[in-house]
Amino acid sequence: MEILVCIKRVPDTSENEITVNKEGTDIEREDLVYSVNEWDNYAVEEAIRIRDKVGGTVTVVSLGSEETEEVIRREMAMGADKGIHLMDPALEGSDGRGIAVALKAEVKKGGYDLVLTGAQADDGAGQVGGMLAAMLQRPFAALVNHIEVTGADTLRIGREIAGGNQEFSEIRLPCVLSIQTGINEPRYVGIRGIRKVASVEIPIHGISDIAVPAETVGKTGARVKRIDYFTPQLGKGAEILEGSDEEIIDKLIEILKSKGRIK
Amino acid sequence: MAPMIAYILHKNGVIDDTALELKSAAEMLEPEAVPVAVVMGSKKDVEGVCQEAARSFATVWKIENEALSYPNAEVIRPLLSRILPKGSIVLMPHEHFSMDLAPGLSICQEAAYLPDAVGFEAREGQSLRAVREEFNGMVRTHVACDLTQGAVITLRPGAFTPNERKDKSGQIIDKTPEAFQEGAPTLQRRFIELVEAEAGDVDITKSEVLVSVGRGIEEQENLEIIHELGKVMGADVSCSRPIVDAKWMEKSRQVGTSGKTVKPKVYLALGISGSFQHLGGIKGSPFMVAVNKNPKAPIFHVADVGVVADILDFVPKLSEKIGEAVK
Repeated sequence: MEILVCIKRVPDTSENEITVNKEGTDIEREDLVYSVNEWDNYAVEEAIRIRDKVGGTVTVVSLGSEETEEVIRREMAMGADKGIHLMDPALEGSDGRGIAVALKAEVKKGGYDLVLTGAQADDGAGQVGGMLAAMLQRPFAALVNHIEVTGADTLRIGREIAGGNQEFSEIRLPCVLSIQTGINEPRYVGIRGIRKVASVEIPIHGISDIAVPAETVGKTGARVKRIDYFTPQLGKGAEILEGSDEEIIDKLIEILKSKGRIK
Repeated sequence: MAPMIAYILHKNGVIDDTALELKSAAEMLEPEAVPVAVVMGSKKDVEGVCQEAARSFATVWKIENEALSYPNAEVIRPLLSRILPKGSIVLMPHEHFSMDLAPGLSICQEAAYLPDAVGFEAREGQSLRAVREEFNGMVRTHVACDLTQGAVITLRPGAFTPNERKDKSGQIIDKTPEAFQEGAPTLQRRFIELVEAEAGDVDITKSEVLVSVGRGIEEQENLEIIHELGKVMGADVSCSRPIVDAKWMEKSRQVGTSGKTVKPKVYLALGISGSFQHLGGIKGSPFMVAVNKNPKAPIFHVADVGVVADILDFVPKLSEKIGEAVK
């Protein structure tokens, strides 16, 4: 099976505090640690497992600046066979639709049977997979947390729905699926793995390579544009307990006692 | 004026609460508009839902077919694009079904897609200024959405004040013939079955006190300190999504929209950032204590009492003191 996984480089929220910059034009990006979007990492792991079972290749594609290459290489170290880096000044400022337009062209060029995306990203909106499927006129499922290859052109998939319930369907290939976290346990990538793929060439595709008209992507193609960033002011907020750990714990125990939760 | 459409969710013949939130959002967008409620389902379900919707909406479109007995976005999307006028503004709640349906619908409609809006601030002509969250609510953004060719907008459940007035006796229009004029859509994704979540050893939906742990625990071995606190407090232990994703705890212990809905009296959120999906699973306004090393964590917006500390240091000390106090 020819599988394409669409991945994104994002600030790692487990490593960073995310704050708004002074001008309110962006988040504070100095000193941020970036990594591959968590959902996408599960998608790559799932693609590798499918390939190992039924054969084929796994290609990862990512759209972004030069640094994006790091995350493509990381996922290749994990076991993806090929990487593609979509980079073009014309793609800067794309909204979800613009990204889907570029990815559609890439899918057409590569002729993939299965396209996976992460279900969402911390700085995104969970939209690219569904848009891409509609543009390709292929079936789609969001929030997929189980995949089984059941036939030459069918998959049995589970979707995560409310209350921890799971919805099972049969979907036809070629299709697009957005992957929910928890579908598998992504393998660890060590330094040795990274070294092994350090010199593998990752082709860079610009919009002329995939025949995408400039006006359909980037700022000009965007229908939804960020104006500014701000810090939410919600409710009165918690009463923050101050002092040494001992003082805080004493206060907290008093409070819990008053709630009848400690005798 | 663009047609304003509210896509109504329902389950077992009962209309979803979000219907009234869609209505107020529609009125904010276009005060003069008469929003149309769209209800799709099987014969058994759809009638009662349409009647309920007609108390809030002046016009209700009913689409009824056995193919709609289970809401399959791959069936509903082509049907909707047959009946929705081009340029419509379509509103629906942001949850698992709309994440499946809405992005693709925006492409079919050639409309803009504005996902997971938490507020509308202003409209200038065909530009809507809306509010979204990023990074789990740590920051918010204003976005400008171009409505010129219509839009599909999903709304964060609970973010828009519902319009509770039920003073309409709306007209129910059967749109089934129009939707199925070209027959049923080709089925590329067939619903097989629904598998309910397994019951765990503890039913956290019944717990009065929950000690709940999140990503801040860092390693599986560290969970011991949480169980110890649960023990000395006589509380049950629950968790947020990353703990279940890592397979460190059973799914039945997960609090959130994709896990369990709990209603304790006291909730200790330990190393939990407080995403809306997690908070969506906590009902009944418990007294909430949050411990998190990130002072900007959104959990501090909703907690009653907060402690800025690393749970790995703080929780063992807390357990020890409580242990002494209980003795």
